[in-house]
Amino acid sequence: MSRLASGGRIDRTRPIQFSFNGTPYRGYEGDNLASALLANDVRVVANSVTYGRPRGVFSAGVEEPNALVQVGNDTMLRATQVGLVDGLEAIGLNGRGRLSLEPDGHRYDKVYAHCEVLVIGGGRAGITAALEAGQTGDRVILVDEQAEFGGRLLGAGWNDWLETSLGALRSPPDVRLLTRATAFGHYDQNLVLIAQRLPNGGRLWQARAKRVVLATGAHERPLIFANNDRPGIMLAGAARAYVNRYGVAPGKRAVIFTNNDSTDALAGDLKRAGISVEAIVDVRAGEAVLDTFPSPAGGGGQGGGLGGVTIAPLTGGGSRREVECDLLCVSGGFNPTLHLFSQAQGRLRYDQALACFVPDAAPPNVEVVGAAAGDLGGRGQGTIMPYWVVPSDGQDWSTHFVDLERDVTVADVRRALSTGMRSVEHVKRFTTIGTGSDQGKTAGINETAIIATQLGQPVGAVGVTTFRPPYVPVSFGLMAGRNRGDLFEPIRLTAMHPWHVAHGAVFENVGQWKRPWYFPRHDEDIETAVLRECRAAREGVAVMDASTLGKIDIQGPDAVEFLNRMYTNAFDTLKIGSCRYGLMCKVDGMVFDDGVVMHLGPDHWLATTTTGGAAAVLEWMEEWLQTEWTDLRVRLTSVTDHWADVAVVGPRSRDVVRGLFPKLPLDPESFPFMAIRESETAGIPVRLHRITFSGELAYELWTQSWYGLALWEAVMAAGEPFAITPYGTEAMHVLRAEKGYIICGQETDGTVTPQDLGMSWILSKKKAFIGRRSHRRRDTARPDRKQLVGLLPVERDQLLPEGAQLVVEPDGTIPTKMIGHVTSSYRSATLDRTFALAMLQSGRERLGAMVYAPLNGHVVSATVTEPIFYDKENVRRDS
Amino acid sequence: MLIPCPWCGDREDIEFKYGGSADVAYPRDADAVDDATWARFVFFRPNPKGQMTERWVHTAGCRRWFTLVRDTVTHQITTA
Repeated sequence: MSRLASGGRIDRTRPIQFSFNGTPYRGYEGDNLASALLANDVRVVANSVTYGRPRGVFSAGVEEPNALVQVGNDTMLRATQVGLVDGLEAIGLNGRGRLSLEPDGHRYDKVYAHCEVLVIGGGRAGITAALEAGQTGDRVILVDEQAEFGGRLLGAGWNDWLETSLGALRSPPDVRLLTRATAFGHYDQNLVLIAQRLPNGGRLWQARAKRVVLATGAHERPLIFANNDRPGIMLAGAARAYVNRYGVAPGKRAVIFTNNDSTDALAGDLKRAGISVEAIVDVRAGEAVLDTFPSPAGGGGQGGGLGGVTIAPLTGGGSRREVECDLLCVSGGFNPTLHLFSQAQGRLRYDQALACFVPDAAPPNVEVVGAAAGDLGGRGQGTIMPYWVVPSDGQDWSTHFVDLERDVTVADVRRALSTGMRSVEHVKRFTTIGTGSDQGKTAGINETAIIATQLGQPVGAVGVTTFRPPYVPVSFGLMAGRNRGDLFEPIRLTAMHPWHVAHGAVFENVGQWKRPWYFPRHDEDIETAVLRECRAAREGVAVMDASTLGKIDIQGPDAVEFLNRMYTNAFDTLKIGSCRYGLMCKVDGMVFDDGVVMHLGPDHWLATTTTGGAAAVLEWMEEWLQTEWTDLRVRLTSVTDHWADVAVVGPRSRDVVRGLFPKLPLDPESFPFMAIRESETAGIPVRLHRITFSGELAYELWTQSWYGLALWEAVMAAGEPFAITPYGTEAMHVLRAEKGYIICGQETDGTVTPQDLGMSWILSKKKAFIGRRSHRRRDTARPDRKQLVGLLPVERDQLLPEGAQLVVEPDGTIPTKMIGHVTSSYRSATLDRTFALAMLQSGRERLGAMVYAPLNGHVVSATVTEPIFYDKENVRRDS
Repeated sequence: MLIPCPWCGDREDIEFKYGGSADVAYPRDADAVDDATWARFVFFRPNPKGQMTERWVHTAGCRRWFTLVRDTVTHQITTA
C-alpha cells in the first residue's frame, strides 16, 4: 500500500471496495480510480494501442492519455475521471476500447439554461470571477469538470479560502454551481454544451450566456525523451496532486525532470510523503534525462515499470549517470487550456517568454482569466527554458513518445516532415497526433515545437491544429437524452388508429405517421393479404384510412390567381363544389408534389398534398406569398390534422355510401367524378368527394377528425353486407400503380419533369406557373431523358426489385450502360402477374422492346409497355 | 447560432430554415430571358467569405420570412 497515513481530501473512515482486472482493492471516499489504483500499487493500468506497451497513470485530470479503462459497458474512460463507488468493476484497456452491443442502460436528460455570466472552470480564477458576477444579481453559472470545486487548490493549503468563497457563492439565488460538469463545446453567440456526469447517467446542459468567462486553467506538458512512456513516469503537477489531494505516494524513489520553476515545491511535498528525491534534473542547469530503463522483472512487482533513468549533459558527451527510481516527475511547462476559446473562434499567439500559446483576439463576449489567460504564476512556472525533446544516441526516435494515447513518436513526426509535409494539420493527419480520445491535450504543443525545430521556424509560425468540439468524449446516449425508442420523434396517429390496432393492422412509418400497411387475416403473409385487399377493391368494396394526406386551407380574394401560379394546370375554370388534380413544379421545372385541389366556396379552397410532402408544400407556398407575390391576398393554414378521410373504393362503393346517405343522389349524373357534396350520417357531418387513387369508383368521406372513428365504424357497418375489406398502404400502392398514377418521391426524385412522366396534358399553355420557363431549357426538353414506362417481366412470377438498374444488353460487358431504373414493382391480383413502373431513357420510343435488370448472379428480362395496366379508358373510374 | 427574428426576437437556429441569398431577383418576365440568363437565375448563387445578405424563415415559430446579413466566417448577424 502506498496510501499515506494522513493528509489529502479523502475520508479514511469511509472505505470503498472496488475491483480492477478482477482483483479486489480498497479505496476511500474522495478517491478516483487513478488515485485508488496508485494507492494499491497498481502501476500498469493499460496497454498502448499500437505497440502494446505497458502504461500507467500519467496525469491527474482530463488530459490523461494512458490510464484508459472500461467500466461496465462504458469504454475508453480515463481512470483519472472515474469517481470511485462501491462495487466498481474496472478493466484496463488492452489496446483499443470496444463498444458494447448492449443498449446504453444509463439515463440521460437535457437541460436548457440561460444566464448573464457562465464561468467555466472552478479553480481560483473561476471562483473569483463567479463571486464578482454573483454580486451584481446576474444569473451566474459556474461549472467545473471535477467532483468538487477548487482545481489545483484542492489539497494545496487553500481550504479556508475555498470554504469561504464557495459559501459566498451558495447564498445568491441566481448562482448555479455544477460539478462533474465538463463544458465541451463553445458555439456561436456563446452557446456552451456541458456534459454533467451523474451516478447512473448524465445531463446535457445547453447554456446560452450573455458573457462567458473562461477560467479553464492550464495543462502541464511533458518533456520528451527515449522510453518516456514507462509506468511511473508522470507529470510533476500530477504527482503533487496525488500526494497532497489524495494522500497517495505514487512511488518510493523519485527523480524530477524539469525546465521551469513549478517543480520547486514538488521536492518538499514528496519528501513529506516519505518519497526520497534521488535527483532533480533541470535543463536550465545543463542536464537532461536521456533515457529510462525498466524495473527488473519479477521481484514481486509488475514488470514493465520504471526502474531508473540515465542522465546526461545537454551538450552530449560528458559523463552520464544512472539513477534508480520508480517515479519520474516531468514538467515541460504549461499550456493554457484554450480549446473552448479556439472553438469560439478566439485567436492564439505564441508567447516566447512563457513558451506557450496564449489568447490573442477574443471573440465577442468571451473573457479569459487566470492560467488560461497566460497567468502562470499560480502554477509557479516562473522562469522557463523552452525545451521539448532530448535527443538520444544514434538518432533513434522510435521510443520518444509525443502522443501517448496514439502511440506516436518523434520518429513518426520526422517521417511526416521528410515526405514534404509542412503544415501542422497535415502532420496531425499523417501521424494521428491529437486524434485520440484525449484529443492530444499533452501532445499538441510538443508536436508543434518538434515541427518548428525540424523546419527551423518559430513555434508561433507553425501554429496549432484547429480545436473542435467535443473537448472530452461525449456518449451518444447523452446527446440523445430521452429522445430514444418511442420518444425518438413524435408519432402521429389518425383518429381511426385504435380500430386499426384492434383489427390486427401491420403498420408502416410514413414520415411521422403510423399508417396501416396491410390487414392480415389469420396468419396471412403480406403478399397474400395485399392480393386479397386489391381484389376486394377491384371486385367488391374496400376501405382505406387516407387521413394522413396533407391538407392546406387556402383563403382570400386572390386564391385562384395563387393556385394558377403554383400549379401547372389552371384552376380559374373550377366551379365551387368541384375538385381537380393538380401538379406542382419547382423553379427548375422538376415535379415537386401533387394532390387534389377542392373549390369549397367563394375565395375558399383546400389543397391536399402527399403525406410526406405536407410541411414542405406549405413552406413552399408561404415562401412565394411572402417573398415574391406579396401583392396577393391569400392566407394559408395547415389543416392536415383537422380532417379524417375514409376512402370507400370499388364497384360496390356506391351501395355502401347509399346505405349511409340514403337521401343523397348518387347516380353519376347527380354526383359525378370530381364533385363534392355535403351531407351527414348518424349525426356525423360529412363532406363527400368523388376522388379516386385506385382507378375504381370511389368516394372519399371527410369529417372533422373527432368524428373520424365514428365515421369509420359507420362505414364498416354499412359495408358489412358487401364484405367491405379494409386495406393498407401496400394495396393502395399496387392499385394506383396498375392505373399508372405516380407517387411524388417514388416515381420522381427531383430530376423528373411532367413531360418525363407523360403528363404534358397537365401543363397549361395559357398561364405562367412556377417551373414553366425551365421546361424550355435545352436540357429539360431533351428527347432522350428518362421517361415513365411500364415493365412486364417475361417470367410472370418474377418481381423486379425497386431501384434495379436497367440495361439494353442481357449479357453486356461491365461497365455496361445503364438506361434507367425501376421505381415501383408489385404483384397484381388483377393482372395475375408481376408488373413495374420505371424511368427509362427515351422510354416512350422503346415500347415493346426488351430491357434487362442484372441482379446478383441473374438477369431479369422485361418488356417495355405503356405505364397504364388497367382500365385505360377510365370507364370504371367514371361509372 | 442565435438568429434575430424580427417578430419573435432572438431564437435558436434550429427553429429556422435557410432560404439562401437574398440578392437573387426573380426575372420580371421569365419567358423573355434567354436560356443562359434563366440558368444563372435557377442554378447560380453567391457564396462569399464574409458578409452575406440572406433570407431565413422562422419555420418553428411565426413562419415569417425575413432578411438578415450574416458574416459567413464569424456567424455575426446584423439585421439587413
